[in-house]
Amino acid sequence: MNTITLGNRHPVIMGVRYFLAHAPGLVRNGHKPSVDISRTPSVTEDIASHLRTFENAVGYPPNRAYLGDIFPDQLRDIDRPWFQHNGTSERRQRHGDIMPEEELLGMLKISDAFDSVWLEESFVRESKTALESHPLIQPTDMEKLSEGHSYSIIEEQSANESAMPLFLRDGRLVGCVNGAEEDEALSAHVLLENLACKATATMALRTLLSDGGFDPAGVQYILNTGEEAVGDSFQRGGGNMAKAVGEMCGLENSTGSDVKAFCCAPVHALVLASTMVSAGLYDQVAVVGGCSLAKLGMNYQGHLNADQPIIEDVLASFAVIIGADDGESPVIRLDSIGGHNIGAGSSLRAITRTLITVPLDRVGLKFGDIDKYAIELQNPEITEPSGAGDVTERNYRLIAGLAVQANEIKRDELQNFSQKHGMPGFSSTQGHIASAIPFLGHATDGLINGDMQRVMFIAKGSLFLGKMTQMSDGFSFILERNPSR
Amino acid sequence: MDLKGKKVIALGERDGVQGNSIVECVKSAGAEVVIEFTSCFV
Repeated sequence: MNTITLGNRHPVIMGVRYFLAHAPGLVRNGHKPSVDISRTPSVTEDIASHLRTFENAVGYPPNRAYLGDIFPDQLRDIDRPWFQHNGTSERRQRHGDIMPEEELLGMLKISDAFDSVWLEESFVRESKTALESHPLIQPTDMEKLSEGHSYSIIEEQSANESAMPLFLRDGRLVGCVNGAEEDEALSAHVLLENLACKATATMALRTLLSDGGFDPAGVQYILNTGEEAVGDSFQRGGGNMAKAVGEMCGLENSTGSDVKAFCCAPVHALVLASTMVSAGLYDQVAVVGGCSLAKLGMNYQGHLNADQPIIEDVLASFAVIIGADDGESPVIRLDSIGGHNIGAGSSLRAITRTLITVPLDRVGLKFGDIDKYAIELQNPEITEPSGAGDVTERNYRLIAGLAVQANEIKRDELQNFSQKHGMPGFSSTQGHIASAIPFLGHATDGLINGDMQRVMFIAKGSLFLGKMTQMSDGFSFILERNPSR
Repeated sequence: MDLKGKKVIALGERDGVQGNSIVECVKSAGAEVVIEFTSCFV
């Protein structure tokens, strides 16, 4: 009789990679700008006059921190506003690539399995020229770009109610997305959001597979964590973007599913993937999160009021592979999980206690034993002009306050604690992407080759936004230097 | 501020003081909460 062998293996982070796509032409398709444009069409011109060039997005210090070119703490040494420091950086940085919009729109077509995206023929040629030298674009991808449609057909189709035109930063019409006429869940704007999510998650995972030398056939399960809603009106949100992304990345021996938990989903998924590996069910599990196109330009009005560039112009994604202990990679401590249980109460204090204090007590660690806390990492330069303040800093103050309450530090050490164990926010406001996950690459580097011992990842989700419950959500874990090192 | 008998709209923020915390606070001071809302700015 065959017996099932289940192990009790330490799950480790085998690799992390990120991806950004500069999408200034799609800012008008973000939820907030599109609502405002439908009411006041002249907003289109206001937005267009405040869009950045690709070079400025590449050199933008928070984007460089997201892609691993600089450590987040280095942002403290760069005078604000950061958008004035656009430096000269390569698009391919330590933890990933930033792609220009001409390539991104090509990737939308490559990711499109139902001919929903039509691109204009001369633009297709430009996109092909740009993409053919990309190391992660295959000949089979290039075939999917096809020959494109004439400008007159794109113009005519774009006027159709069920279609949505696609523009570049300079306002040039280069294509359209064709939605279903009788199904809101498959409308052009929903398909655009979902294809952008699929394309960006694909690029992050392809980067990881390539950089890490992973055999795609060796990944056995894939979890997607994005906030997209895939499905028609009979099963809106039915999902499984995971398998759509896996297909694009050659994960032939993998199946998969989506984890839905608002901004908290990536941390839930990392823990779930870890339990699959720890139980011996799978040897390698991928966790991906594609972008949130709806959040492009979410704070654009504040940026216009401050007459600054609209810096919510990038689509972000990430990919992680969890595997069994290799004696080197950092370990996800499954005894350190902090979950915001349903009965815990939803005050910020209750959430923070369940996510930080309880797990620290359980594993016998003090607040100061955690080198860095990775929390809500939204770039304050995006949120401050809208009056939302520095979300990241507020969260660090709260953690420091808990350390004061626990008598670990004195009240006058609060600021120092926040600085030492925190970091400036550097992520674009891409929903689930910004919650703790942007530091995972830096943490993995620091736990393997640097002097870090452990990092706590804390994610929060605003469940109440969906109007099914007044509750929030939260999940946390500690990532630790491999004991074999 | 004497909140006894006053009607209160509680506007909270997920990463700051949440609506339900404001409600608990002003109720204990004798106010009536007519609207409670918590926003997420990110």
